[in-house]
Amino acid sequence: MPMQPASTEIASRTAAIIEELKDLEGPLLPILHEIQEEFGHVPQAALPVIADGLNLSRAEVHGVVSFYHDFRGQPAGRHVLKLCQAEACQSMGSEAVAAKVKQLLGIDFHGTTRDGSVTLEPVYCLGLCACSPSAMLDGEVIGRLDDEKIEEIVAEVRS
Amino acid sequence: MIPRIYVPADSGALALGAEKVARAIEKELKERGVEAKIVRNGSRGAYFLEPMVEVATAEGRVAYGPVKPSDVKGLFDSGFLKGGPHKRWLGAPDKIPFLAKQTRLTFARCGVIDPLSLDSYKSHGGLNGLQKAVAMTPADIVSQVTESGLRGRGGAGFPTGIKWKTVLDTAGDRKYIVCNADEGDSATFADRMIMEGDPFVLIEGMAIAGIATGATKGFVYIRSEYPHAVATMNKAVAIARKAGVLGANVLGSPNTFDMEIRVGAGAYVCGEETSLLNSLEGKRGVVRAKPPLPAIQGLFGKPTVINNVISLASVPIIMDKGAAYYKDFGMGRSRGTIPIQIAGNVKHGGLFETAFGMTLGEIVDEIGGGTASGRPVKAVQVGGPLGAYFPRALFDTPFDYEAFAAKDGLIGHAGITVFDDSADMMKQARFAMEFCAIESCGKCTPCRIGSTRGMEVLDKVAAGIEAEKNLALVTDLCNTMKFGSLCALGGFTPYPVMSSITHFPEDFKPAPARVAAE
Repeated sequence: MPMQPASTEIASRTAAIIEELKDLEGPLLPILHEIQEEFGHVPQAALPVIADGLNLSRAEVHGVVSFYHDFRGQPAGRHVLKLCQAEACQSMGSEAVAAKVKQLLGIDFHGTTRDGSVTLEPVYCLGLCACSPSAMLDGEVIGRLDDEKIEEIVAEVRS
Repeated sequence: MIPRIYVPADSGALALGAEKVARAIEKELKERGVEAKIVRNGSRGAYFLEPMVEVATAEGRVAYGPVKPSDVKGLFDSGFLKGGPHKRWLGAPDKIPFLAKQTRLTFARCGVIDPLSLDSYKSHGGLNGLQKAVAMTPADIVSQVTESGLRGRGGAGFPTGIKWKTVLDTAGDRKYIVCNADEGDSATFADRMIMEGDPFVLIEGMAIAGIATGATKGFVYIRSEYPHAVATMNKAVAIARKAGVLGANVLGSPNTFDMEIRVGAGAYVCGEETSLLNSLEGKRGVVRAKPPLPAIQGLFGKPTVINNVISLASVPIIMDKGAAYYKDFGMGRSRGTIPIQIAGNVKHGGLFETAFGMTLGEIVDEIGGGTASGRPVKAVQVGGPLGAYFPRALFDTPFDYEAFAAKDGLIGHAGITVFDDSADMMKQARFAMEFCAIESCGKCTPCRIGSTRGMEVLDKVAAGIEAEKNLALVTDLCNTMKFGSLCALGGFTPYPVMSSITHFPEDFKPAPARVAAE
C-alpha cells in the first residue's frame, strides 16, 4: 500500500487547498475534489481542518463527504477501473463483462487487488450509451468492450 | 491551402479509438512529409461510424469511417486527402442517411467545427443570437423564448420562457443561471456531445439567459463522469472571457455576465434541480421541497434559472432565427426539435435531432436499424432509468411529451435504450428498484426504504413465493413511491417497474412455471 502522509502534513496541505479555494461561492465540493486529487482520497485528518476553515461543524463536513460516491475514505489502487452497469450497457451484456473482469482480477466491485494494482468500481452511465458496454480506466474511456479488450485492460492494470 | 483532417475528440469517438487514429495520421503525415492540419472536432453523433475521419476537399468534406489505426496507411495510399475511394469511404457527411434525415438546429455545428475556435463558431452563425439579445429588453427576450414553445429538455418539459419570466419578475440583489449538466440518465449523451463538440453555444445560451433575467453569474454543474466535457468547457469559458463574450461588458454592451464550471461527485440524484443547487452550495445533494421554486429562492436563496444544457443551447438559434422559425417544427405542445439518443442494443446508435412527432417505431426500426445483435426488439426504455419500458405494441406512439404521458411513459431527456428478446423484464424491474436504493438521497421514506423493500418483494416473485400477492404488493408500493416522494427519483422509479409488469407479464411468472413454459 502507498505510504500515508502523517496527519500534520495532511493538515498543512489541506489548509493550503482551503486557502486557495475558500473564496469561491460554495467552495466545499471544489475543495474536496482538490483534496482527493492531492491525497488520492479524503483523509479523516482533513475533515476538522475543512470544518474549521469553512466555519462548518465536523458533522456537516462528514455528511457531505459520505454523501457522494466519488469521495474515498481510503486510497484506491494504482489504477481505477470503472465498468458501466446502467441500462444501455446492460442491454449489451455489461453483466457478463463485469463477471469476467471480476473473475480475472479476483475481486468484486469496490474491491482492490491485494497487490494494490487496481480498484474495481461500478459506474452508472459514462454517456457512451451508443458504444456499449463501456468502461473508464484512469479517466480514459473505452467502448464496445469485448473479450479481447477486457484481456488487454486486465493485462495493462496488472503490469 | 493546407489540407484539413478532422478527427473527433468526442468521448464516444475516443472510446472507440479516435486518439490512436489521430496519432497514426500524424505519424503517416510525418513519414510522407505531407503537410496537413489535424482538427479535433466533436462528433456528429453517428456512433456506429466512429471514429469518423473527415477531410476538407475542394468539393467539400468527405468522410471515412469507422476508421481503425490499421486503416490509416491504406487511406493515404488511396489519396484520402483528396477524397479518394477506400473501403471506409462514406462520401459527404451530410449525405449519410442517418445524418441527412435529421433536422439540426441545436446540434447544427456539433461535429462540424473546431469546438474551441471562436472564429469557427462565429463563421457558422455563432453569437448571432447573443448579438440580437444585447440590443433587446429583457422582457422581449423572455417573450421570444416563451413564444418559441421551448420546454425544458432535461425531462420535466416545463416551458423555459415561463421559468425565465418568474426570475425576471422576482426582485433580487443577485440572480443566477445554473446549467444542469448532470446528465446521469443511461442512454443519454446529448449534453456531453454539445459540451465537447460545441461548447460556445451553451455559453451563448447562458449569457442570453443572464441578460433576459438580470442574472450576472452562471454555473455549469457537470457530472464527474464527463472529464472531457469538463476540460472542454473550462477552456471554452476562458476563451469566451478573453474575447469579451463573458465578463463585465458582454459583447461590448453594458450587460455583465460571467460563469464557472463546477464538477459533481458521482451522485445521480444531483441531476434533480434542487439537489443540484444544494450540491453547488457545498451541501449534501438532498432534495428540497418546492415551493419555494428555485426561480424565486434558488442558489444561495437567490432567484435562479436552472435549465438543462439542451434547453440553454437551443436558445441562441431561437434568438437568431426567431420564435416562429423554431415553433414551426414539432407537434401539439411539443415545439421545435429534440435530440433523440438511440442507445443500447441497436445497430445504428447515436444522436438523432429531429422535430417532435416521429413514432417510436420509426426511430427504433428505421433510424436505429433494429438491434445490434440481430435478434428481435423486445422492449425499449424511453427517458432513462426512470422511464417506462415500451413493448412493440406501443411503437406507434409519437415522440411528444403528452403522447408519451398518455401511454404511462415519459420522454425524459430523450434517451432510448433498445433491448433484444434476451432481456428479462423482471430483472430490469428489480434493477430499477436497486438503482433507486443506491442513489436515493434519503429524504423521502418511500424512496429510501421503499426501493429496498421493492427489490426484496421482486426477489420473492422471482423465487415463486406467493407471486400474485407479492406483485399486488409491488403495485401498491409503487403507488406509495409515486405519490409520496418529493422528486422524480422515488416518484418515477415506478415507471420502469410498473411498465415491465404491465407490458411483459410473462416475465413475472414464478420461476418453475417459466421453466416449464420454455
